[in-house]
Amino acid sequence: MPRFYQTEVRSRLMLGTARYPSPAVLADAVRAARVEIVTVSLRRESAGERAGQAFWSLVRELGVRVLPNTAGCHTVKEAVTTAHMAREVFGTSWIKLEVIGEDDTLQPDVFGLVDAARILGAEGFEVFPYTTEDLVVAERLLAAGCKVLMPWGAPIGSGRGLNNLFGLTALRAHFPDVPLIIDAGLGVPSHAARALELGFDAVLINTAVAQARDPVQMAAAFAQAVEAGFAARQAGPIEPRDLAVPSTPLIGTAFRG
Amino acid sequence: MKILVNGAWREIERAELVGALEELGYGASAVSTAVNGEFVAAALRARTVLTEGDRIEVLAPMQGG
Repeated sequence: MPRFYQTEVRSRLMLGTARYPSPAVLADAVRAARVEIVTVSLRRESAGERAGQAFWSLVRELGVRVLPNTAGCHTVKEAVTTAHMAREVFGTSWIKLEVIGEDDTLQPDVFGLVDAARILGAEGFEVFPYTTEDLVVAERLLAAGCKVLMPWGAPIGSGRGLNNLFGLTALRAHFPDVPLIIDAGLGVPSHAARALELGFDAVLINTAVAQARDPVQMAAAFAQAVEAGFAARQAGPIEPRDLAVPSTPLIGTAFRG
Repeated sequence: MKILVNGAWREIERAELVGALEELGYGASAVSTAVNGEFVAAALRARTVLTEGDRIEVLAPMQGG
């Protein structure tokens, strides 16, 4: 079972809570996928509408653990302040740290990310940094106190899957004992299965489920894919080869010799 | 006194943050606050005195990825 900081979890699938057709569909998707962790965020609250209060009630009823994010933050200062606000509202020291550096790709500003991770780690936060597959950045994040990394598969919401297989494979190989969660960019369950087959500990999915024609069915499909990918990893996949190797024994083949 | 609340100018009478939040209608809501970009914990709201032109952020749980 993966361990994120001191918490062991059974499910290797995490779900985001944004962009669902309705709160009811979100709740059904979470139940269908049997996830234990969902990501949440903070936004400006209107005293009249109180939309945030209704959402928070829904999440608490689901009985899942929340991983608040700092989505939308572009500076270290914004991210650190948002993390403090999230810790108070959600009652958790977990923070999915996002410091966005580029708006078209939502690529993380890895320099700000490391700075913010260092500050928050010193203040007792358990930081889940949304990062790239860059090995040096990963080293810096670990040195800053992070015990989990969340490399992107592809740009957020793009559905492109694992864009840089070489880089992600290298990251997994370089940090065999660090929990690694693929965050962002996965589009279909086979992407998630591939991530688990490569040895990643978990995946976080949002748009691919929330924007599917049937989010509940897609959530269940991702859950199955994650289980299949993990089982395959445990089973020890064969190495790819360039040439064919007959699977049927050649001894006793008719019409030969 | 005029302050900026979540990007909109509002007129309030009570200067303590805790009172201003009640006046603005947040009451018992699960919100977190920042004043001029600095986090203000709930326990410190009664001691936090606002001044004209302060920028207040009032944030609440929301869907996120």
